[in-house]
Amino acid sequence: MAATATAYGRLRDYQQLVGQFLTGPGLPLLFLGLGLWAFIGRTDAFVIGVVTGSVLALGAIGLTLIYGILKFAHFAHGDSMMLAAYIAFFALTGVMVGERTDTKVLPWTLSDLPGATKPILNFSFGYGLLMAMAIAAAIMVVVFIVLDRLIYRPLRRRRSGIVIFAIASLGVAIAMRSLILIFWSSFGRFYVPGIRPTTELPFGIRILTDQVFIFWAALVLSALTYVILFRTRLGKAMRAMADNPELALVSGINTDRIIIWTWVIGGGLVGIAGVMLALQAQLKPELGFVLLLPLFASTILGGIGSPQGAFVGAMVVGITEEVAVTLGFISPGYKFSVAFVILILMLLLRPRGLFGAKT
Amino acid sequence: MKLPAVLGGGALKGQIKGERLITPLTVLAITAAVVLMPAERSNWDVGGVISFLTFFATFVAIYGIFTLGLNVQWGYTGVFNFGVMAFFLVGANAAAIITKPPASTEYVRYVGGFGDKLAFIPVLDSEQWLPFLFGIAGAAIFAGLLAFLLSIPTLRLREDYLAIATIGVAEFLRRVTIEERGLVNGTRGLTGIPRPLGELVSTGDYKFVMLAIAVATLVLVYVAIERGIRSPWGRVLRALREDELTTAASGKNVFAFKSQGFVVGAMIMGIGGAIYAYANAAISPDTFTHFFGTFIFWAMLMVGGSGNNKGAILGAYVVWGFWTITLQLQGYTSEHPGPLGFALPDAVQSRIFFIRDFVLGTLIVVVLLLRPQGLLPEERRVSIWVERHAKHLGGARPPPAEQAESPPD
Amino acid sequence: MTTVLEASELVSGYGEVEILHGVSLRLDRGEIVAIIGPNGAGKSTFMKAVFGLLKIGSGTVHLEDEDITGMPPERIVRKGMCYVPQSENVFPSLSIQENLEMGAFIRRDGLRQRLDEIYGLFPDLAQRPQVRAGKLSGGQRQMLALARALMLDPTILLLDEPTASLAPKMVEDIFAKIHNINQTGVAILLVEQNAKEALSVCHRAYVLAGGHNRLEGTGPELLASEEVGKLYLGA
Repeated sequence: MAATATAYGRLRDYQQLVGQFLTGPGLPLLFLGLGLWAFIGRTDAFVIGVVTGSVLALGAIGLTLIYGILKFAHFAHGDSMMLAAYIAFFALTGVMVGERTDTKVLPWTLSDLPGATKPILNFSFGYGLLMAMAIAAAIMVVVFIVLDRLIYRPLRRRRSGIVIFAIASLGVAIAMRSLILIFWSSFGRFYVPGIRPTTELPFGIRILTDQVFIFWAALVLSALTYVILFRTRLGKAMRAMADNPELALVSGINTDRIIIWTWVIGGGLVGIAGVMLALQAQLKPELGFVLLLPLFASTILGGIGSPQGAFVGAMVVGITEEVAVTLGFISPGYKFSVAFVILILMLLLRPRGLFGAKT
Repeated sequence: MKLPAVLGGGALKGQIKGERLITPLTVLAITAAVVLMPAERSNWDVGGVISFLTFFATFVAIYGIFTLGLNVQWGYTGVFNFGVMAFFLVGANAAAIITKPPASTEYVRYVGGFGDKLAFIPVLDSEQWLPFLFGIAGAAIFAGLLAFLLSIPTLRLREDYLAIATIGVAEFLRRVTIEERGLVNGTRGLTGIPRPLGELVSTGDYKFVMLAIAVATLVLVYVAIERGIRSPWGRVLRALREDELTTAASGKNVFAFKSQGFVVGAMIMGIGGAIYAYANAAISPDTFTHFFGTFIFWAMLMVGGSGNNKGAILGAYVVWGFWTITLQLQGYTSEHPGPLGFALPDAVQSRIFFIRDFVLGTLIVVVLLLRPQGLLPEERRVSIWVERHAKHLGGARPPPAEQAESPPD
Repeated sequence: MTTVLEASELVSGYGEVEILHGVSLRLDRGEIVAIIGPNGAGKSTFMKAVFGLLKIGSGTVHLEDEDITGMPPERIVRKGMCYVPQSENVFPSLSIQENLEMGAFIRRDGLRQRLDEIYGLFPDLAQRPQVRAGKLSGGQRQMLALARALMLDPTILLLDEPTASLAPKMVEDIFAKIHNINQTGVAILLVEQNAKEALSVCHRAYVLAGGHNRLEGTGPELLASEEVGKLYLGA
């Protein structure tokens, strides 16, 4: 009897040790170790994973800001990225779905600007795409602010629970997706048809040059967001609001203005993220919802409210997704379920994420 | 002057003129459309209209079952389940593989297939009803089991985390049914699901039998829930939803109750899935999407009135009615115009499904903003004594001590 | 003695529940006025109503002759009145310095100078200004909360139970600090559970119970009063 008691006790001790290890430095070390193995053992998948992670990062940073400052799970984030991507597509090609097939609706598009489609450097796109991306980002900012005024602010005034916000944003997500389907139907689309130029990386890996662009965009924007949050007055106020909205109000901070800035940054990032996503893969309406799980996994893994966490989390999710399907026993269809597994594990073991504050 | 709620102005109660009329008007409008449109389109063919309405009512009953299950989970237990699709899927597939005969060809592969073996009580044509009872039982058990397994890691999570987790679970399960082709025949799905009591009547009249089955199940589920809610167990559940902290302080094992409520709701959804499988006779992974398997039931519950069983059924009626009406509207093309020459422009006609989804998404938001209590508001009955002695308490509750910043939500 | 803050027959509460049934109070320039009373008397509610955090049913609040009844907090702060909530009164993930910067958010100029002045008043905070506020002890956090509210150089400081859940040594320190702050010319309105200490440090005090004014007097008067002693100074 006593023997089993001590054995059980020892088991509990081990369990506690593991728990402490994981909630402390253990988890980051674990990821580092796994990452190293993946880099060496599955380099191709690793590199693709980094690109996937870059796209996810662009979305996750906006998501983590909205989640941290506005305190709700923005279920419309994925579909917002898609809406942005389609707006850019429209600005570039002027194409919508007509009676049965595509028709060009706009008499003039960005592609008509001189040299707009001429590829920059070794990319597949010209400055036209960049302009389209800027327009999409601007429109998404406006859309977000309008939606906030119409929907989320009245709900905030009523002190609605997180559940109501979640359902509302889900309704918005569905409305966005339906809008896309109404105007552009479900055909897969490309910004630039045809073969795209590639680049050779060290270790003999070949990727699309566009993908290099996506990675750098994600890195630069993550760093930029970090700088804004930690070195500017506005950013500090945003973090203050994420910590304690009522105290921010009491200190005289114009919380409404901060909320608008949050949507501005979020909208801008969503615009860029959507276009990058479409650049990386094909443009399809369903992607919006499919992305939600990896986006949330990245955000929660990194720690809500932390842009550097969102970046790292997105990288982990992206790399894990790509590497996991190279393991023999996991079939490719399960790729997005990998994000789900990561999510559940994080919620159970370390809900504050990698960079979240210990409460 | 109060600003409209949409622009962030004051309280909402009584804001809309004739608020009391909204519920009866909505029901009237839906009923009228559902009856008159097919009537007009089929040139007043009574048989056709009756057939149409029978199918309509059958599915209203089935979706009502799902919404009732969701109400148990959310309205009564306070568990935010965004993975309803998972239980729908499990229930429907379980019922299908239990009642179907064994997989016979090499192109169709699935586990189970006990159909012919289950009719072992040689009474009353038992192969007409016994396997199907097993199917329903199996659906309920598997759905309940899934819910139980899920509850262990996830119920302690915060509500929004739970929502995300349940979405993930639902998606994962759907993936499994697609990838593991030997399980339920992969993407091709299961067809030829037998029909309960199918041999009793002619094929033409079977729809009435199915309707009866669906409605009977709905009624049974409704009665069971109503009894359950009034029981001591149900009272703890409701107390839990109102104030978890206090309920825990009075010694109730919060987790156990939450888990039970979650499981019961899931079982009901499983039963709904089983009846759906029988009614539809075919299911596949495409049947279960997040929109159609989860969101639509939330829409039904929100529209009808969360926390209210009658509201759940009413919501199913209204939302499915709307859904059906759009299907009918699609028929009004320029070649076959409706009354007064009503015809949808081609551009609208070809996209009517997307427009319908758009309206549904927007409708949910509008309901949340303008009428969050739904068509039939929740019946808040703590006790009659409290109601008599605390008229002025209204909706707000005072903070337990002065320290509270604002009333608990 | 000029009156800097005057509340008259204030009626307020939470949602549909009325807590204050007509409370009046006066605060003069440079005074420390304490509000004491039993739990649920409406002390914190009163302070929140004055600061615009709650809806006012009836009654008025005047700040130096200006009617600020129902004015939102962001505007009241600009008028020279700052508020320190009882709990959760710092930004845990921000550093001490950043917390102070947030306190002076609406002020664009003279930040560095004001920071130096505040660090002078709170030397403990000056030691490690980069430390995250979440890592501070209860007493240090309370000091930071006070410092944050002073960044705007307010005329009036509202303190909601500043010594709640603090060890006795810290309670002494806080009251000493309150005294210091008052010496610099800031009028202080103080809600306190710790009636004895509050009455020792204040100029005047009001006793609230059940959402009504019960007693009023100078600190020494109320300390000596038998009624107050019996009912409220037990602990």
